[in-house]
Amino acid sequence: MTLPLIVYRSLRQHALSTLVTAGSIALAAGLLMVVWMVKEQSQKAFLETSTGFDAVLGARGSKLQLVLNSIFHLEASPGNISAADYDQIKKHPAVKAAIPLALGDNYLGYRIVGTAEELFTTVEYSPGKRYQLQGGGRWFAAGQREAVVGSFVAARLGLKAGDTFQPYHGLAFDAKAQHEEVYTVTGVLAPTNTPTDKVLWIPLSGIQTMKGHDPRTATDVSAVLIQLRSPTAGFMLDLMYNKQGNRLTLAYPVAAIIADLFGKIGWFDRVLALVAYLVALVAAGSVLASIYASMSARRRDLAILRALGARRRTIFGAVVAEAAVIGALGAVLGFAVYFGLLAAVANVIRTQTGVTIDILAGHPVLWIAPLGMVALCAAGGVVPALKAYRVPVAETLSPTS
Amino acid sequence: MLTVSQLVKRVASPEAGGAAVEIVRVPELSLAAGEQVALRGESGSGKTTFLHLIAGILAADEGKIVIDGEDVASLGESQRDRAREARIGYIFQTFNLLQGYTVLENVVLGMSFGPGGVDRARARQLLERVGLGHRLHHFPRQLSTGQQQRVAVARALANRPKLVLADEPTGNLDRTHGREALGLIREACREAGAALLLVSHDPDVLAQFERVRDFAEINQPRVPLPRAG
Ligand SMILES: Nc1ncnc2c1ncn2[C@@H]1O[C@H](COP(=O)(O)OP(=O)(O)OP(=O)(O)O)[C@@H](O)[C@H]1O
Ligand SMILES: [Mg+2]
Repeated sequence: MTLPLIVYRSLRQHALSTLVTAGSIALAAGLLMVVWMVKEQSQKAFLETSTGFDAVLGARGSKLQLVLNSIFHLEASPGNISAADYDQIKKHPAVKAAIPLALGDNYLGYRIVGTAEELFTTVEYSPGKRYQLQGGGRWFAAGQREAVVGSFVAARLGLKAGDTFQPYHGLAFDAKAQHEEVYTVTGVLAPTNTPTDKVLWIPLSGIQTMKGHDPRTATDVSAVLIQLRSPTAGFMLDLMYNKQGNRLTLAYPVAAIIADLFGKIGWFDRVLALVAYLVALVAAGSVLASIYASMSARRRDLAILRALGARRRTIFGAVVAEAAVIGALGAVLGFAVYFGLLAAVANVIRTQTGVTIDILAGHPVLWIAPLGMVALCAAGGVVPALKAYRVPVAETLSPTS
Repeated sequence: MLTVSQLVKRVASPEAGGAAVEIVRVPELSLAAGEQVALRGESGSGKTTFLHLIAGILAADEGKIVIDGEDVASLGESQRDRAREARIGYIFQTFNLLQGYTVLENVVLGMSFGPGGVDRARARQLLERVGLGHRLHHFPRQLSTGQQQRVAVARALANRPKLVLADEPTGNLDRTHGREALGLIREACREAGAALLLVSHDPDVLAQFERVRDFAEINQPRVPLPRAG
């Protein structure tokens, strides 16, 4: 009853510095949680995305580029591979499934990818999950000018079954490069939270035979997504394509290549985390400084409380509690910062990569970071609390002081 | 109730090159339960120091201060804090109200640290008793000096003290209000059954007490004090 009153009155008396300090703590806690959650979730989302396929076969080039291009639908394609190469891998006894991809067109900036219907009907994009259509419709028919649209594109462009669209040439949108062909949407995919959501899928032959595309490459594919029967098959194919051959590249294992990518960009979230830690430290320092600065103004109050019978350790506890309350206030405000910032960041990540960050997901960092800030602030309060502890009562109370 | 014997307090004096100088040496003083005594003393004669010693705000160097059977002079600091909260009410020369707290909160804090716990109803009653029932949620700066003094009186009585120490409680009030405040302090102490030890150099105040003693007779430090005027 008494301690809360003392803490409350003290915070009220120094309302401005309380708010400023709590604000900087909110920033630190929010930043720390966002950095952590984005790192955790994007890494998890990216790694899970890859699990649908074990390997990717494409033109000679960088394995990372091949993976980014064919699984995440980012970056340019390293080139095409011939129909003969596709047939060979498809018929290979170690291969369970081989899904061809052909790219080169877009619709209003969203990629149009040609593929086989098996992608939707036989592949689990994550363990136990198959692609589904939302709200009826059907898969496109091979050889027809039909399309199945990813949920994100459909939502953004307002496309639904029965709608038509005319593709544009190239991976980047150019209003002058529209094709003549008209495609009809036969269905919209249910959300998968994978990059598949931001693609317009059409039959393989659609991309291959689009007017204006080079007829000599009409049977080529851009890449082949591969599911293997066993891991040893992967090493065998790796040897065959990457070591002995020199025309094609087999990106295998996909998960390791993505993990490698995170290793390469790991410095980025470490820098962000470092910034957050520094902000946290500065915030705790400002708790210390602001309470310490107000100490001379409160000396008299503290001496009066002592004269009323408050023990030294009560006074000490009140000052530490005050610092902790500022920290707690900051931590609570930190969640506002967290949700605001994470919503913005999640939106950017989603539009850029198709990977969805769950804003409401739980994680230990969401209580460790706020509690850590409270503890750090309480620790910052120890220095002024020691000063309060030492206030001499009689001298401070004498009328002249 | 209160028995002081052979009490000595020394402080490091800058005039004596930092050497310890006696400012209090009280061979004997006692007060019966409920008794009201005034001490007459010059400025700088050690009255405040003496009251601080009895309250346990300062530690004694020698002697005994027995309050209600317990020698507070022999206690450590935190035990003196507890003893003060349990038995003593203190009215300061400058009131020493907590400026950031309301009138009611000031009185509540007067009973917060002891074993009795907080009794808000009693805090209200006390404030009504001193005529401030309509000012409970004011802050001290919103009150007149006389009203502030009355808050200090209510606060001193909040913890049901056996002994109230008053240090020139009317020093900051004009003559009329001073008389009124003093009357209130004495009455309130009598009602509460608390003994009152008051120090002052104001003849008008001292004239109201049946028992007045000269502090110069009671306090006889070995080294004469430089008089401060
Ligand atoms: N901590 C200290 N260090 C040195 N001298 C002190 C200390 N405390 C008090 N004194 C000295 O002791 C003397 C008595 O001080 P005290 O405050 O008790 O006087 P007082 O009788 O209450 O005076 P007044 O009526 O003006 O309030 C003064 O001369 C003062 O200078
Ligand atoms: Mg004095």
